[in-house]
Amino acid sequence: MGKVVNITVAGLGGQGVLKVTDILAEALFDAGFDVKKSEVHGMSQRGGSVSSEVRFGDRVFSPMVPAGETDYLLVLDSTQVEVNLSKLRAGGVLITPDDVPLAELENPKAANILMLGALSRHFDLPEELWLKHVCRNLPEKVHEVNIAAFRLGRRGKNADR
Amino acid sequence: MIEKELVSGNEAIARAALDSGLCLGVGYPGTPSSEILENVAALGGQAEWAPNEKVALEVGIGVAFARGRSIVTMKHVGLNVAADPLFTIAYSGTPGGLVIVSADDPGMASSQNEQDNRRYAIAAGVPMLEPSDSQEAYDFTIRAFELAERYRCPVLLRMTTRVCHSKGALIRRPNASPAPAIAYEKDVQSNVMIPAYARIAHRKLRAKLAELARFNEEGEFIHEDHGSSELGIIATGISYQHARDAAPEASVLKLGMTYPLPMERIRKFAAGVKRCVVLEEGDPILAEACLAAGVKVEGKAEMYRFGELSVGRVRRILAGDTTPEAAPPAGKPPQLCVGCPHRRTYEVLRDFGCIVAGDIGCYTLGVLPPFEAVDTCVCMGASITTGLGMRHALPEAEARRVVSVIGDSTFLHTGINGIVEMVYNRPKTGHVVIILDNSITAMTGMQENPATGRKLDHTPAPKVVIEDVVRAIGVDHVDICDPTLDREHFAGILKERLASNDLSVIIARRPCILAAVKAKAYQLGGK
Repeated sequence: MGKVVNITVAGLGGQGVLKVTDILAEALFDAGFDVKKSEVHGMSQRGGSVSSEVRFGDRVFSPMVPAGETDYLLVLDSTQVEVNLSKLRAGGVLITPDDVPLAELENPKAANILMLGALSRHFDLPEELWLKHVCRNLPEKVHEVNIAAFRLGRRGKNADR
Repeated sequence: MIEKELVSGNEAIARAALDSGLCLGVGYPGTPSSEILENVAALGGQAEWAPNEKVALEVGIGVAFARGRSIVTMKHVGLNVAADPLFTIAYSGTPGGLVIVSADDPGMASSQNEQDNRRYAIAAGVPMLEPSDSQEAYDFTIRAFELAERYRCPVLLRMTTRVCHSKGALIRRPNASPAPAIAYEKDVQSNVMIPAYARIAHRKLRAKLAELARFNEEGEFIHEDHGSSELGIIATGISYQHARDAAPEASVLKLGMTYPLPMERIRKFAAGVKRCVVLEEGDPILAEACLAAGVKVEGKAEMYRFGELSVGRVRRILAGDTTPEAAPPAGKPPQLCVGCPHRRTYEVLRDFGCIVAGDIGCYTLGVLPPFEAVDTCVCMGASITTGLGMRHALPEAEARRVVSVIGDSTFLHTGINGIVEMVYNRPKTGHVVIILDNSITAMTGMQENPATGRKLDHTPAPKVVIEDVVRAIGVDHVDICDPTLDREHFAGILKERLASNDLSVIIARRPCILAAVKAKAYQLGGK
């Protein structure tokens, strides 16, 4: 059986952590993987720390990423890196706001999608598939700005102009 | 073509209810259960928020008396409120399928306790199904309706936070289980629980449970993974998923119906492995039942009664590791939103040095800095009544500082009784109740309630006017103010009322900042 890949997305309530993991999970599911996604709602939405997890592979059992076994850790808020770092396995990939071209972003509300774009570089899925699920999860009037944000993140911080 | 969807356990239950010809879904919002009825409505089914869980269950019972299929949803503590009808409807049963969803919250992601509602199945004598993922949430819901009708008994569907909110693959079976036609049939011996009939009904119930235990032995709700004979694991709910990751080589017996138990199947499984470990979140109910039946199993160490299980904790349980666990790094705690209308109210209560009897909602967060203005929090509606108790017991100077705070939805849930108590058994120093009316059930994700003027699906509804209710019960003063807009006005009223021996209700009214935008959209006809 193939290895299960573990992704953790973390940030603060209101930053769109759950939205990012929804898009991520749906894109991977659409690509044919078995996917499970886990999150905790409730009090966490009042501005506190939020994290959500996606696991994918041939067959996924537990929806929760085992402690210290995150392969890809995406942190949407710089203040939340420290508290989430222990979730990352040795040699895992960490993506923080410092790693993405945030300054070039037109609308700061799309920062979560920009960071999803940065994460998408690590998976072999076509851009159209990602954008399909970005659009499916957001209202039409913000599609354009989020598509641009995704592409910006996917291009990378120090990419050739 | 049958499409595979990625859905949460709650979304799966809603789909199953609709694919079973649901007549009515009814409940009270509570994390982690709230999305079930929201999804029923979004998919075109009939669903409503009741003022509380007891009302919800009773409405559901009525639907099932008319042979309709009804699903009643609530969080674990909601079943405490609904326990009164539960214990008696277990005796009489209903001709229509009545499924009660108890969404438990091990680890208390958003709850005041982590009670294990499997105990309710045993105490009331009601069969219990426990899904371990979204597909099972769907399949078990459909089967729950059928079992409820076949055995004429309500079925408890026990969910936990992780199963409710985790997403996984789902394949639906549209029209999987056609609902019987609505029809009323008079049957007083079954439906009227006077002692003479209830004595018969109790014996019938015990006979039904014996039959259900035999049915469970047949294995429809049992799944077995045949692995090594060195290690056997008996698991329920989410523990099964963790077990498969933690010990892929083990033999596993997964129980989907956890009351009444298939003890012979358990006995046979345990006898076939060298070591047999029971994995269950919460109380050691299954392990104790096995041991009481003389089946040789190992339970988990006491430290694993607390909190959720995880793959890591299951590995520790299997290894017999009871060394202290590393505390997860402390994140940023939740707080009242910037711009939350409760903030000003709490600032004044803090500055006045009030003893504040608190309640259940976002506003419980007033206990944290910078306010530290909540002194107690027990259960829904308890602010008014515990405040009254303190007023009765404390010496006058301190009694005068006691204030009860309660939200609009919580007031309608079980707060009204407290106002009746206050008027009837008036403390010598009077009392002050502040209704924190943000015009929405905010904590659980912006659900409507009887005072918002909108139904569950946000369409217009008749409105219960809170000030009219409290005036009608007979309090001395009812004031309506907005502490955010005019803090001094609110502070002035509060000071005057605290100094008097009168009964006072102050309604601090200002819409939740998150809900205000939505409310405007609903008015314009959007959803």
